[in-house]
Amino acid sequence: MSSSSSSVHPGMGAPGTVRVDHDHHELGFWRKYIFSTDHKVIGIQFMLTGLVMFLIGGLMAMAIRWQLAWPWTEMPIVGKLLFPETGKVISPEFYTMLFTMHGTIMIFFVIIPLLTGAFGNFLIPLMIGAPDMAFPKLNMIGYWAMVPGIGFALASFFVEGGGAASGWTAYPPLSTIESAAPGSGQGQTLWLLALTWSGVSSMTGAVNYVTTIVKMRAPGMTMMRMPLTIWALLISALLQLFALPVLTAASILQILDRVIDTGFFTPTNLIVNQFNSEGVGAAAGGQPLLWQHLFWFYSHPAVYIMVVPAMGLASDVIAAHARKPIFGYKPMVYSMSAIAGLGFIVWGHHMFASGMNPALGMTFMVSTIMIALPSAVKVFNWLGTLWGSRIQLTAAMLNALGFVAMFIIGGLSGIWMAATPVDIYIHDTYIVVGHFHYVVFGGSVFAIWAGIYHWFPKMFGRMMNETLGKLHFIGSFIFTNGVFYLMHQLGIAGLMRRTADPYDYEAFAHLQPINKIISICAFCLFAWQLIFVYNFFQSMFWGKRVGRNPWKATTVEWDAPSPPGHGNFDHELAVHCGPYEYASPLVEEDYLPQTRDVGVEKAKA
Amino acid sequence: MRFLATLLFLALLVFGVWSFQAAESFGAWLPPHVSSFGAEIDFLFNLILWMVAFFFVLTEGVLVYCIWRFSKKDPSKALFSHGSHKLEMLWTAIPAVLLLVIAFAQMSAWANMRFESKLPDGEPIAIAWASQFDWRFQYPGADGEFGTMDDFESAYEFVVPVGEPVKFILRSRDVIHSFSVPQFRLKQDAMPGMAIPVWFKVEDPDNDGDGVGDGDNAGDYELICMELCGWGHYKMAGMVRALPRDEYDAWVLDQQAHFMSNGIEE
Repeated sequence: MSSSSSSVHPGMGAPGTVRVDHDHHELGFWRKYIFSTDHKVIGIQFMLTGLVMFLIGGLMAMAIRWQLAWPWTEMPIVGKLLFPETGKVISPEFYTMLFTMHGTIMIFFVIIPLLTGAFGNFLIPLMIGAPDMAFPKLNMIGYWAMVPGIGFALASFFVEGGGAASGWTAYPPLSTIESAAPGSGQGQTLWLLALTWSGVSSMTGAVNYVTTIVKMRAPGMTMMRMPLTIWALLISALLQLFALPVLTAASILQILDRVIDTGFFTPTNLIVNQFNSEGVGAAAGGQPLLWQHLFWFYSHPAVYIMVVPAMGLASDVIAAHARKPIFGYKPMVYSMSAIAGLGFIVWGHHMFASGMNPALGMTFMVSTIMIALPSAVKVFNWLGTLWGSRIQLTAAMLNALGFVAMFIIGGLSGIWMAATPVDIYIHDTYIVVGHFHYVVFGGSVFAIWAGIYHWFPKMFGRMMNETLGKLHFIGSFIFTNGVFYLMHQLGIAGLMRRTADPYDYEAFAHLQPINKIISICAFCLFAWQLIFVYNFFQSMFWGKRVGRNPWKATTVEWDAPSPPGHGNFDHELAVHCGPYEYASPLVEEDYLPQTRDVGVEKAKA
Repeated sequence: MRFLATLLFLALLVFGVWSFQAAESFGAWLPPHVSSFGAEIDFLFNLILWMVAFFFVLTEGVLVYCIWRFSKKDPSKALFSHGSHKLEMLWTAIPAVLLLVIAFAQMSAWANMRFESKLPDGEPIAIAWASQFDWRFQYPGADGEFGTMDDFESAYEFVVPVGEPVKFILRSRDVIHSFSVPQFRLKQDAMPGMAIPVWFKVEDPDNDGDGVGDGDNAGDYELICMELCGWGHYKMAGMVRALPRDEYDAWVLDQQAHFMSNGIEE
């Protein structure tokens, strides 16, 4: 791909040329901060929205942990406010809504918006040297499409029957038959609408990211000179583009099943609640397995949408704070691509126990086990990067190292789940919960924190407090492992997920003390985030002001003012070398910025 | 910070290994297995455990070492290296081979458990019906046919003979449930609209060498619903009662007589 391709962004001139903003009229408050088309503002909007939703999803997790440690016990303080009619305790119905909405919010309104929405928007134009996204208006629409999604998700708690209660996987017929679960009334329809709107948001974002990355790179920014964050965002945008339409279609089919009894997923002659209702699929002829295939065809790639950008962020943070080039840049790119490619042919591993053809299960097992390979290659390359480096233990770096340490755990535990015979035993147990929280919390959330500490100065022109940042990391690291590590052992003992009170079973009664330890760690983890919230807002307004490049980093965004103005760069820009020329012998300093010309392409591309 | 960071990551490594090693002592480990799948599945579990443990210690160990060794204050530049083709080949090829071995090691166990060709011969002994939130087991009665007058039903308890393959049909009346008995290492979703044949065999080892099983594994095993099926999912329990063949036959006769005589004076 030629780097001097024509611009698809009218009015901004060719990419790489002077981009001093020509229309100097001041935008009003509404256009500047609310309905903004500036990718940086949109990125920050996504970030703040994602963090607020993180708080809401986190509160739900706390309630879940309360129930698992002290089932049917009065909740202190909040019990009186929230559950007056159930004697201040969480009802089993409400428990099913809690974990359903916890998963839904964390996946669709926290992790995906933070990684692709916030970092994707903020970083893509800056890191490739472009003035803005290819389609700024579409970008604005992308953010505002998420808002009704959030509205539907939160509103569902207040309709009759309450929020969706069929798990974030929404398996029919539980989700399609109103009398099957209290949340399968209006709450489920609102849940499906929330998903659809979040899909619109992701789709507009993905179209924008791919177009921008392909068409708007600065001169000299070849594909193989792009930072790994950009590669990661490109790959996850492609995953969204190919996988998301399937989920959207499936959601609409489920809405039709629910609203006009089409019966795509509802089999014939069900007897729900002891009576054979005529409306309940007397002649529905549907197939619940079909939903599972369609759902996981999106939702497994979605797991990679939730971790590949995190890999990119962590790689950039590690290189910058270890003052050393990324070890094996090309293998990193290839392995991310391999993860994305294989990611499309592994969805059936969620269905080994479902009654799917066992021969099909065998093929899904092989592809799933093999996806561990590119993940392993990435880990080895991060370790290779650290070898012989000069590690600066900043808050950003600590979080990136935490990402590596915990991604290893999440990756390794996945092998048990991929192996079909072993999975039959551990399927739907807590080892699965531990596994994906290590990937999505230990992995993605720590990478998000690393990214926030690293790029905060670029976003707001001020540093975050390093001491508070380190303190935040230490506690978060300890408590995160306290919460999720012991879930492995609980799962190996057979403890099942999505269960309001497992202790009536003889096999699990003795596991309650472990769940109490986990819950106490979870409450501490939650409370510990106050340090981050304080640091974030305090630094936004009163942090130490910084220049363009406080970390002495090589990538292009550090060439722009902090924070960058409208149009991003205030000078002409061309890229002369690869993204990670730290410790380069060509220059005296220990870093060679991509935009610096040290003679005719002497530097390794 | 250097010391503290190293300690934190080292603590994760130590805790990670210790908690797996100590799990059995606080009862958070694989329960004893009694079915014919058990030994094979536990072997495969442990095979993966050893491989995972090796790579966990290796990678976390290198990480801890790097954090300690390379975060020292050092004004000189870092090693200027963009990678090594040889190393990449090495750490792609070795895990690839290991992963393929792991994958192939699973196949015969999986085929034995699930492939239709490996199902035991003969008629299923019962239809297991799952519904919100209980288990019912429909037995065919003396004529061996389901849906006839002599069928009888057992609520909650699934009575099976020990020491021989048990085949049954798993069905659901309403939503998806899952038939799971941890000691059997068995789990199968009950999918509405599908009739899924399932089998297991409670092993009946012959330790005293008299040529017949000792019946040591006869007893009650908790049956757990493992797929979210609604608000009452957490309490959807059942019981598998494994009986020696003679006791099983007696139970069947007894149940049948009980059902046949229901409401009729003899």
